[in-house]
Amino acid sequence: MRVTFKVYRYQPETREDAYFDSFEFNAEPTDRVLDGLNHIKWHLDGTLTLRRSCQHGICGSDALRINGVNRLACKVLIGDVGSKIKIEPLMGFTVIKDLVVDMDRFFSHYRSVMPYFVNDEAPYDDTTKCILCAACTTSCPSAWSNPDFIGPAAIVQAHRFIFDSRDEGSEERLATLGQRDGVWRCRTVFNCTRACPKEIQITKAIGEVKKAIVADRS
Amino acid sequence: MTRIHEHTFDAIVVGAGGAGLMAAVYLAKQGNLRTAVLSKLYPTRSHTGTAQGGIGAALGNMGEEDHWEWHMFDTVKGSDYLGDQDAIEVMCRESPEVVYELEHMGLPFSRTEDGRIAQRRFGGHTSNFGEAPVRRACYSADRTGHMILQTLYQQSIKHDVEFFDEFQVVDLLIEDGSCRGAVALNIATGELHVFRSKALVLATGGYGQVWEITSNAVTLTGDGMFLVARRGVPLEDMEFYQFHPTGIRRMGILITEGVRGEGGILRNHDGERFMELYAPNLKDLASRDVVSRAIYKEIRAGRGINGERYVHLDATQLGAEVIENKLPEIADFCRTYLGIDPVTEPIPIQPTAHYAMGGIPTDVDGGVVGMQGESVRGLYAIGECACVSVHGANRLGTNSLVDLVVFGRRAGVAMAEYCRGADLEPAGEDPAGRAREELEDLLSTAGKDGENAAEIRREMKELMMDNVSVFRTDELLSEAKVKLEELRERADRIAIDDPSRAFNLDLTDAWETRGMVELAQITTECALNRTESRGAHSREDYPDRDDENWLKHTLAVSRNGASEIGYKPVSITRFEPKERVY
Repeated sequence: MRVTFKVYRYQPETREDAYFDSFEFNAEPTDRVLDGLNHIKWHLDGTLTLRRSCQHGICGSDALRINGVNRLACKVLIGDVGSKIKIEPLMGFTVIKDLVVDMDRFFSHYRSVMPYFVNDEAPYDDTTKCILCAACTTSCPSAWSNPDFIGPAAIVQAHRFIFDSRDEGSEERLATLGQRDGVWRCRTVFNCTRACPKEIQITKAIGEVKKAIVADRS
Repeated sequence: MTRIHEHTFDAIVVGAGGAGLMAAVYLAKQGNLRTAVLSKLYPTRSHTGTAQGGIGAALGNMGEEDHWEWHMFDTVKGSDYLGDQDAIEVMCRESPEVVYELEHMGLPFSRTEDGRIAQRRFGGHTSNFGEAPVRRACYSADRTGHMILQTLYQQSIKHDVEFFDEFQVVDLLIEDGSCRGAVALNIATGELHVFRSKALVLATGGYGQVWEITSNAVTLTGDGMFLVARRGVPLEDMEFYQFHPTGIRRMGILITEGVRGEGGILRNHDGERFMELYAPNLKDLASRDVVSRAIYKEIRAGRGINGERYVHLDATQLGAEVIENKLPEIADFCRTYLGIDPVTEPIPIQPTAHYAMGGIPTDVDGGVVGMQGESVRGLYAIGECACVSVHGANRLGTNSLVDLVVFGRRAGVAMAEYCRGADLEPAGEDPAGRAREELEDLLSTAGKDGENAAEIRREMKELMMDNVSVFRTDELLSEAKVKLEELRERADRIAIDDPSRAFNLDLTDAWETRGMVELAQITTECALNRTESRGAHSREDYPDRDDENWLKHTLAVSRNGASEIGYKPVSITRFEPKERVY
């Protein structure tokens, strides 16, 4: 099929403003959107810059806005999106170049919840699937408007330990999440749950953390 | 690349997958050592995360007897007797302990009803020295590698390991038989950083990107391997490269052996369970090399599905519950990429380039060993980029994860010990000079006429897939050798598109392409040199294993564009080589 990729470009070393480039080429409907981006980079324009690694939805490198929705470029097929495909970087993070965003704040929020086992079933099983792709945090309007909001991904990571009966670090974690820019910034918009390529019930997990904080305080 | 930054650490870890992070955690636990981890990716993007089915340990949790000696025997036999038995003993003895250690770090293993770590069957793992399949693979559903990677990254944070994310190592400072550090490109800025150290460990993973159909990430380009090869350190057993039997057709995405471990069956066009012919005892759970060859033979005989180059992996008899609970990622891959439901339809599969048994030669503590058996001071290698050798001519499923954590831990301990007694050695006047020149030259080609790196990669990948894969002959390998030399010359004339400094992945792709062609050359020359068939190295013109002449490891060192080949003996302690049947 003939496809047109409209791709967000930002090349700060050669041009001040961001713009869109269009690329038209033939692709198979069973090709991944990432295959299309690789085709552009390898054969049409080597300056196109994006992160990618495993190419099958495990590593979390290539979360992008694809036709306005946060998806992993390697986990969505061209045939499922259509012949006109608009590619943008994740929203709410500073763009470094083209589709590459600055992930430092995302990972520092992650680090702030003691994301490790502090001291042995399954209330936390769902949240262990998180691949840190940032699709949730960058789909969240609360995170867009307030970059200090810890964001859904960090809460998911905290949830994984809070509900693991072997762990003994939850008091401190709940204190961090109970702060102003912690879990309460969540307005249950459910964008995170829709965005998650691993289908984690994020909004539900956030709700469980909120309950745990309230129970902890009372 | 105008400004050069300098850093000094006691120990440096290059690569942040399972092996590198385990070493880093152990370095950090020893205390009073400054340790840095350099990775060209964010650590959680590392390829350990894609490992699915399990980690082998003789726990005997499933009501079946199991012993590390049986695991050792299976590994030795799986290696076609080329694995070093002293090292295999260390690995199989220590694996139960390391699995419990991971559990104590919080790794959420799947459980039996009474709360023990659950175990499943995997290819080549047996009870009582080859008698019958045994449940030895400990797992977290089908995301075992993901949980190991996450858990070890979490532990690294807990132990305050210092990370340099998206720093790509582009040169090693090896002089007079010692390693004094590394030069890395900060991808975000395009600036070079010199990292001086007493001890440095390479944990950079494999080089599956050399082949067209591969389970490996695009970032698995063998950086650590070609970097040491350029500095006169040999590579060991590079002719042994594993093709995993079950990759998704055309894409190469891995379908875990755990599917067959749970009862999945390979079928040809006529619906026959063909593995009964090739491995009457273990059938679909024979060793990977055996199963991959069987699939190729079926395809050649015209029994591929509709006569095409693939067969079916039939998991329909497993039932929805087993598939959804024990193999959820596999089900997701099938639905996403193939548009099929594995509960009701068979999965189209073909062998996929998966794992390097060969690599940087080391001792059992990860210490790198040179051509004459001399140690390269301060240089260590672990994980897929290393060759201890525990996998010999063919690796068993689950043993890669065992290898990562056992030898990652041992290297961490050994490096800490080494650092305490070692001084920081001088790094020369302009340690970044060589790397700067190489990268500036490449950057200066931006926008000029020249070869396209992606086109060179495409040709190399197709050539390696056709000529240097499951079945090999003198004719195919000789042809590959000539064509690879042409590709190497063309790689010298690569011109890139992107002239910018920050986040120039066009530049790093081109740089990696040159390294990959070098590794493809070494692999091909070693395969041409070994005139026997053993494990994954199957020569149709030399179909038999030849212990008299070839029960030895290959060492290849690059000299002026050609490989100079030497050998070293195989350690044989408990199990004398005998015929290998499954």
